[in-house]
Amino acid sequence: MRTGQPNQPTGGTASELLRISELRVDFATEHGWANVLGGVSLDIHDGEIVGLVGESGSGKTVTGLSILGLVPSPPGRTSGGHIWLHDEDLTEVAEPRLRQIRGNEISMIFQEPMTSLNPAFTVGDQISETFRRHRRASRKQGTQRAVEVLDLVGIPNAATRVHAYPHEFSGGMRQRAMIAMALCCDPRLIIADEPTTALDVTVQSQILDLLRSMRAEIGTGILFITHDLGVVAELCDRVVVMYGGEVVETAPVHDLFQLPRHPYTEGLLSAMPQLGSRTAKLASIPGHTPEPWAMPNGCRFGPRCTYHQESCSESPVALESAGTERQARCARLAELNLRGAS
Amino acid sequence: MLLLIARRLLVTIPLLILVSFLIYSLIALVPGDPAVTLAGQDPTPEQIAAAREELGLTDPFIVQYWHWLVNAVQLDFGASLFNSEPVASAIAARLPATLSLTVLALLIAILLGVAAGTLAGLRPGSWIDRVATFSASVGVAVPYFWVGMILVLLFAIQTPLFPAIGYVPIGDGVLTWASHLILPATALAIAPAAVIARQTRAAVANVMTEDYVRTAEAKGLPRSRVVGKHALKNAALPVVTVFGIEANRLIGGTVVIEQLFAIPGVGQLAFTSVFSRDMPMVQGVLLTTAVLILLINLLVDVSYGYFNPRVRQL
Amino acid sequence: MSDHAIEHPQAPGLRRFLRRFRTNRTALVAAVVLALVTIISLSAPLLAPYSLHEIDVPNRLSGPTPEHWLGTDSLGRDTLSRLMYAGQVSLAAAGLAVAIAIVLGVPLGLLAGYRGGVLDWLLGRGADVLMTFPAVVLAMAIIAATGPGLTNAMIALGVVYSPRLFRVVRSATLSVRQETYVEASISIGTPALSIIARRILPNVLSPLLVQISLMLAAALLAEAALSLLGLGVVPPTPSWGGLLGVGFTEIRTTPLLVWLPGIAIAITTLSFNLIGDGLRDALGRETRKGD
Ligand SMILES: Nc1ncnc2c1ncn2[C@@H]1O[C@H](COP(=O)(O)OP(=O)(O)OP(=O)(O)O)[C@@H](O)[C@H]1O
Ligand SMILES: [Mg+2]
Repeated sequence: MRTGQPNQPTGGTASELLRISELRVDFATEHGWANVLGGVSLDIHDGEIVGLVGESGSGKTVTGLSILGLVPSPPGRTSGGHIWLHDEDLTEVAEPRLRQIRGNEISMIFQEPMTSLNPAFTVGDQISETFRRHRRASRKQGTQRAVEVLDLVGIPNAATRVHAYPHEFSGGMRQRAMIAMALCCDPRLIIADEPTTALDVTVQSQILDLLRSMRAEIGTGILFITHDLGVVAELCDRVVVMYGGEVVETAPVHDLFQLPRHPYTEGLLSAMPQLGSRTAKLASIPGHTPEPWAMPNGCRFGPRCTYHQESCSESPVALESAGTERQARCARLAELNLRGAS
Repeated sequence: MLLLIARRLLVTIPLLILVSFLIYSLIALVPGDPAVTLAGQDPTPEQIAAAREELGLTDPFIVQYWHWLVNAVQLDFGASLFNSEPVASAIAARLPATLSLTVLALLIAILLGVAAGTLAGLRPGSWIDRVATFSASVGVAVPYFWVGMILVLLFAIQTPLFPAIGYVPIGDGVLTWASHLILPATALAIAPAAVIARQTRAAVANVMTEDYVRTAEAKGLPRSRVVGKHALKNAALPVVTVFGIEANRLIGGTVVIEQLFAIPGVGQLAFTSVFSRDMPMVQGVLLTTAVLILLINLLVDVSYGYFNPRVRQL
Repeated sequence: MSDHAIEHPQAPGLRRFLRRFRTNRTALVAAVVLALVTIISLSAPLLAPYSLHEIDVPNRLSGPTPEHWLGTDSLGRDTLSRLMYAGQVSLAAAGLAVAIAIVLGVPLGLLAGYRGGVLDWLLGRGADVLMTFPAVVLAMAIIAATGPGLTNAMIALGVVYSPRLFRVVRSATLSVRQETYVEASISIGTPALSIIARRILPNVLSPLLVQISLMLAAALLAEAALSLLGLGVVPPTPSWGGLLGVGFTEIRTTPLLVWLPGIAIAITTLSFNLIGDGLRDALGRETRKGD
């Protein structure tokens, strides 16, 4: 999908849907300002599915929230960077414009299906509300649309289930309702934050099919946040790997699996039992993610890295070109030869 | 929903019967022979006999109660010991004034309390929050009857905007009706508004951190809908609970306020009949108050079903 | 102290509770204000510039003057002195009502929570019935039957308020009663009274203190309302509510007679409320509950 241009700090080009450049987000903590996103850059093209992977706490959700301007403030603040949606800078646009974009041009599927639906309103109302807001549709059209999208995500008897309350839905059904809500205005970009974690394997592949067909039919770009490299391999065109609030590697999906260029990616791949297995979880890299208020100097992965040298911790490492269409953030990029997935 | 109402009624009716028993038992507290004590100053034997008859004191207690209850169910609460006016019609004549006052005061309390509490809860720790929280502490503590007096002083005497006393039925014009009630209703509303504001503040501050509020924001809804629809409906439950308690207290306050503002309502009737120890009248007023309060509690319970769909199927 | 703590796994931590209360500045200020109000009222015979009934007819309904700092009433009696004496009566009356509520509510609450069963159910329904009525209305009805006067009025208020204490004590008792260490004591035959005194009362004390403080504020208001209506403290004995009632008749000429008693009541109830809130915050777990 990607045609491969060098990163430019300016506005987007025709096929470029979203470009995040050098995004910095801090959170106020009892230890002072903690840097949670330390200059994240990534881009997504129309109709492209980009996987965003990384351990818990690496800043995936915060990246997604930033795009919609939803980082809670306080305690959060955006301290730098730009987010271009085509040629509009979302960090600069006025609040009313942002509210037109949310749910309509960009929508987000949240990680927590159990608590992300409002318990006091019917599922149908919560979907149709979005449609009515952005399409100036009538109540009736709204409900009609809700039935359509619920049907699309595989809720049986959608016509009666629209009138159900969230507590009458199982976890998996709620997740699907959230997805339906995100789809209802045919957005140009969907940020899907672990949308399939609560679902069993059959439903999961239904949802993945659905996302693929959204992309194929209306050219929706998707930022797919997940822990599951199996799903990434199956679904995504390109992968962005995050560690400690930074992008450490980005590459087309096959290249990344074949030949990782960052030690952390290598670790992720080796922790994955088998390519294509959907149950694989990132787990077994020794050590744990640094707390945002106690980031190591230099390379943030340094303390856990098997290839660590003293020079790695001297100064921050830049994200550098690592071949066609790919980049990595490693001080020893040129010398290391890393193992891909078998 | 209907089931919910039916279930609440099933709890309310036995409670009402117990309440009526308590009300009737008050007679037993009268020291000495109630007929003699209650027949007035230096009663003649005829007056005593009449009082004994009216109070139904000739039968055993439980029989007396039964007769009273059977009559009360048919809205016959006996007659005043003083002017022989039927209690039911005396109360009926005074109910509109009290209901006007109560409903208006509750409306003011809700509007003021929810507005102040929401503003404070949306920005915990801000100056709005601190002002609202401080005002609420003061509002709970100031005596409502004193607030009434001060309102008269400021807005009827020093700046004559509203009449100081009196009541005009709503049929004689909504504006004059409201202008007579605005001061007493405000006096009654201050403390409940303060309590509601506190509760709303806590509930809103709590709800605003919920994931579903973030979802509502992510849908691009305007702020007014995120707060007004998604946050407030969920924040309403604890607020509704204190509303029931505050309504109860507010109704108690009407006794003093009606006296201060010369409003011919049930509260004033309560006062005069207590002062003259007109027991049948006192009992009638008590029963009316209890029914009113149980009705409000019923409404509160039923509104839980509206605000929290999970309650409906219980 | 340390093996004490082992013996009482659920010990109330009264010390920590008081320590937390002391760090609450608002509550502390309120406690000081309340102490001042109480001391000034109690020492009225020593401090008051005039005696209670001393009449100064030429200076009746005067505003503040060097002789009468806070002016005089319609008979020329000194307002400052009367406020101080009235404070004694009002505080004592509120205290009496709450004392009666304690005497009724606490033992019954302990009994209901400890015994449970039918007795608990009956007492619970009784509390429901009493709590149906607004406090002032029910107190008035009792006064109608028993006759007016300070004592009758305060007994009535005490009865009306007792269910609130009953409920607090009952639920606290119930939760301690179900702790394993208490059940164990019961099973080895420790007498009920000893269990109540040594295990349950200490745990009940903190929530009870909160409730009592808030109730004193409510009782002060209710007493003022009743006295204002002439059903509580009756003239010539002064009380803040009574002064307010008399002052209201002079509101057009001497508004000060309305302002002052009201401010006295408001400051005192505010203090009781803030102390109660402070105690509740110090208690921690009580604060977040909806009821
Ligand atoms: N509201 C908040 N207040 C303070 N810190 C926050 C907040 N939200 C996120 N963080 C911090 O930001 C960092 C990144 O969090 P984020 O939720 O983006 O991680 P994630 O990659 O989505 O993890 P997971 O896979 O568990 O969802 C974490 O260290 C987290 O503690
Ligand atoms: Mg996340």
